[in-house]
Amino acid sequence: MSAVSTLTGSQPPLQRERAVTIFQKGAPGRRAFRSPELDVPAGEGDELLPSRLRRSKPPALPEVSEPEIVRHYVGLSKRNFDLDSGFYPLGSCTMKHNPRLHERAAALPGHARLHPLQDAERAQGALELMFNLQRALAEISGLEHVCLAPSAGSHGELAGVLLTRAYHESRDEVRRKVLTPDTAHGTNPATVTMAGLEVVKLATNDAGGVDLDDLREKADSDVACLMLTNPNTLGLFDPNIEEIAQIVHGVGATLYYDGANLNAVMGLSRPGDMGFDIVHFNLHKSFTQPHGGGGPGAGPIAVSERIAPFLPPGQVVRGEDGTFAFAPAAPSSIGRLRGFNGNYGCFVRAYAYICSLGGDGLRDASETAVLNANYLLARLQQTVEPDVRSYLPLAYGQLCMHEFVLSGGPMRRALAIKTVDLAKRLLDFGFHPPTVYFPLLVEEALMVEPTETETKETLDAFADAVAAIIAEALKDPQIARDAPYSTPVRRLDEVAAAKRPVVRERPVVRERPAGNGHAAGHKHPGGHRR
Amino acid sequence: MLAAIGVGSVEELFNRQIPETVRLRQPLALPDGEGEQEVYAHLRELAQRNTSAEDELSFLGAGMYDHYVPAIVDMITERSEFLTPYTPYQPEISQGGLQAMFEYQTAICELTALPVSNASSYEGPSALAAAGYLAKLHNGRRRFVISAGLHPHAAETLRTHAHGYGMEVEEVPLRDGVTDAQAWAHAIDSDTSAAFFAQPNFYGAVEDAEALSAAARHAAPEHGNAGAGGQANGGDPIDGAGSGGEANAVGADPVVVAQVDPITLGILKPPGECGVDVAVGEGQPLGNRLDFGGPSFGFFAAREEYLRRMPGRIAGETVDVDGRRGFVLTLQTREQHIRREKATSNICTSQALNALAAVVYLSWLGRAGIVELGELLLARTSYARRALCAIEGVEPFCEQPVIREFALRLDADVAAVRRRCKEVGVNPGVDVQALSARAQDRGLLLVALTERRSRADIDRLAAALKAALAAEREVVSV
Amino acid sequence: MTVEASYPEDLLYHPEHDWARIDAGLEEATLGITWYAQDALGEVVFFELPAVGSAVRKDEPYAEVESVKAVSDVIAPLSGEIIEVNGSVEQDPHVINTDPYGEGWLVRVRLSDPGEREALMDAGAYVASLGS
Repeated sequence: MSAVSTLTGSQPPLQRERAVTIFQKGAPGRRAFRSPELDVPAGEGDELLPSRLRRSKPPALPEVSEPEIVRHYVGLSKRNFDLDSGFYPLGSCTMKHNPRLHERAAALPGHARLHPLQDAERAQGALELMFNLQRALAEISGLEHVCLAPSAGSHGELAGVLLTRAYHESRDEVRRKVLTPDTAHGTNPATVTMAGLEVVKLATNDAGGVDLDDLREKADSDVACLMLTNPNTLGLFDPNIEEIAQIVHGVGATLYYDGANLNAVMGLSRPGDMGFDIVHFNLHKSFTQPHGGGGPGAGPIAVSERIAPFLPPGQVVRGEDGTFAFAPAAPSSIGRLRGFNGNYGCFVRAYAYICSLGGDGLRDASETAVLNANYLLARLQQTVEPDVRSYLPLAYGQLCMHEFVLSGGPMRRALAIKTVDLAKRLLDFGFHPPTVYFPLLVEEALMVEPTETETKETLDAFADAVAAIIAEALKDPQIARDAPYSTPVRRLDEVAAAKRPVVRERPVVRERPAGNGHAAGHKHPGGHRR
Repeated sequence: MLAAIGVGSVEELFNRQIPETVRLRQPLALPDGEGEQEVYAHLRELAQRNTSAEDELSFLGAGMYDHYVPAIVDMITERSEFLTPYTPYQPEISQGGLQAMFEYQTAICELTALPVSNASSYEGPSALAAAGYLAKLHNGRRRFVISAGLHPHAAETLRTHAHGYGMEVEEVPLRDGVTDAQAWAHAIDSDTSAAFFAQPNFYGAVEDAEALSAAARHAAPEHGNAGAGGQANGGDPIDGAGSGGEANAVGADPVVVAQVDPITLGILKPPGECGVDVAVGEGQPLGNRLDFGGPSFGFFAAREEYLRRMPGRIAGETVDVDGRRGFVLTLQTREQHIRREKATSNICTSQALNALAAVVYLSWLGRAGIVELGELLLARTSYARRALCAIEGVEPFCEQPVIREFALRLDADVAAVRRRCKEVGVNPGVDVQALSARAQDRGLLLVALTERRSRADIDRLAAALKAALAAEREVVSV
Repeated sequence: MTVEASYPEDLLYHPEHDWARIDAGLEEATLGITWYAQDALGEVVFFELPAVGSAVRKDEPYAEVESVKAVSDVIAPLSGEIIEVNGSVEQDPHVINTDPYGEGWLVRVRLSDPGEREALMDAGAYVASLGS
């Protein structure tokens, strides 16, 4: 294995022992939980619950002690890479630093143990927080009416398309088509189908924006909406945005803003001012809600006056006496999209972020995000030894907003290594790779979003790592093809996983031998008295 | 940095990319930024103006419950390595998160006695709506039948989503506190895509899940019993959302969907043993905080044949090039980033951290603990119902078994009674009418228990309720 | 596992990378996907067969084929009714990669309009359409 150590660079290997699940640990009768005392009559036999409704054998949950649980999950955590450990330039995901203040604030019992059905007069702090967040998001988006409820970006998108439908239906119009550019996130077309409408793809022009001729041709009275990300997934702000809005509104359709890339324009340009009718925010992107390895997030929406009557329930309003309450749902509302009030814990964090930065700070954040992206782009495109640009050229344009997309096509042809190989080799250098193979219209795409919370030193180190991998591949491309080497596992057989899906453990329940009746202590593993 | 880019200023970066006409040329009208200490003080002040479950004796429930969350849940979910990564797109450096998903899926499969689970959905009601979409893709039919025992939020969320994907929804009433079996069987026909009920139902009553599932199966006489919802041949292909490649099971049974309270599954016969096809529910009781309604998670478990129509992420086991055991996100062709407009759901970001909290909690509770907790809740809840129904002016909503929650009918204004109880520090439960427009819900108080509410707490609730009702009677008689 | 690119002369080709082998009597045909299609997809991990008796229409999808990271419609080059399906492909979809024109055939169809074959390409034209 000496070859491995030379290939792992300076990074200490993450844990590499064989994976054992919590279901394979423990021993019969071992436990962490101790039930509160049964202080009421237990009921005779099946008196309280008839046997035909009862479970015959307990679910095979783990039988483990508290220290075993801690060791197990701390061990697992060491098999994860995370934003707090290193650079995470995942395009379209806005992996900015998550201030720990937000966690502390969200954990205050007044927030964390507040029941969602608490009466309004006993939840005034929470309602005021939501009200203030609504106001802030309205100001940032330039759209007055905000509903915080949707659970994530794609849920906000669904709300948006349903709102569009309701709006057209209220005018006795049946419009079936939604235009989405071929650069769109997959959530856009998936949402359109779920909302009962039909996707029509829009072409991208040579500059990376919406092809206006294609738009004019497809924009007709059957179009309900155009869903757009601006800047788009190529990291480019569409210079024709006003004309696009004009065409879309000209045929009576609405314009939807996918807020995944809002981090480029906060305080600098507002979707409402660009002509958008509906916006969703990703609080877990622009507003620092930590991503949790795949959520939670929150996807509030902001809409224009004409869309407002159809909003889902859950807006907080301030009464004349200054108290806050949930407004009753409008009769024309599309209806509820989920239970309760939305992901309030995420609202606390997003609100804390906005309070910390203020208006100017949000603009500074976007400016620095764009500066960092352009700097990293320049570093990558100007590195001459090796000539990174000839292997990884910028796919469109010259400058970028908060992210940029390189094409690994030339690298694949010249060095016979693919974008995925570069990505895997970056793991050995201690970096999370950029988003790969998206957007689909760029060959071997590599989508880089550094965010504003990274230093110049980190950006330089990343650019150097990419250059080093290219230089290495010029000598021996096999190194990248077989990467990574330093990770808890190496490349995984995804084909086998998909062909014969194993999606759960099969716990083997071992019964405790008869007569061994002592209950194991809940704070220490039982049966190990040495 | 500017020199490397070749621009004179940051402003130039924007001037060269954003048309002047859509530039914001004034500061955002937001308060100035503040230091960490000031922001914390502000958020603490807001928190103090909320009455949390810490501040009163609370019997609020109706979908979210004040269970004890063990300290190790906080400790593990606050670790940077779980808190701050994105969705595990690079499995080689995400084995911790992926294995936790795999373990979570296993725990949910064990709880529900169903063979497959996704890695999490947003939360309870929208998971129910996602089950509806699965049914639509599966059999292409046009009607949903729902029990009036569903949580009002779940029923309404399903209606909102179903309107989007083009389904009618018919509600079956309750009888004696549970789904009217006759009306249920009558409502389900050969055009029924899925049938939904809650277990226990919104009013706390335990349903006969086996009978409801069986009735749904036998209620489509035109097609007879086509086996366990299998994909049948024949019939005209239906133009669903999918392409011609979608195997629409025209002759099959409706998909039976149960919305389940997971904390009851230590003692209650699990959905997988009751003939249920898809079990969904609100996961908050499993180690997640109340958080004024979220974030929590929804769970989504199903029988094997629905695996390829499941929404959301699924972790699967495999090996690496060296033969070492590992985990990946699998069956991704179901998902929006690959299948786009034909995806089984649009979901992307879900609730991974909340699902991690759940599997840590379930490990802490353990095989014996989930049963003991269930028995404790059952005993205390039964005791509480007896104690409260002994009060003049209180009637039980039904006589069915209840496990952790039950509805009461009061002979006084529920809002006024609640107000009086709160004055003495007892929040007696949810005024159902505030949550639901159903006629059956007038005058109902929904009382929920967790292991944090002792016999003494229940006795205190009984005293408060008794005094409040007596005081209300006095007001009326005066 | 990869096999050499090939485009047999006895087949007709559809621009969406599907092939048809039409029987001598012009009444029935066998359908599948081309070497190019399976190569673009990568290793096929899942294929769900359509039902015998269902109708296929020229230029429209009748099935889907999946690899780990991609899913693709299978387009009917000709119209007709499915009279036989290749069950072994469902069991072992990898044969679509290893033998796309032989063991990896997908369905047999009774043609409703044999004249439609005029619109399909021969091997030479199809290869030319693939470009370099």
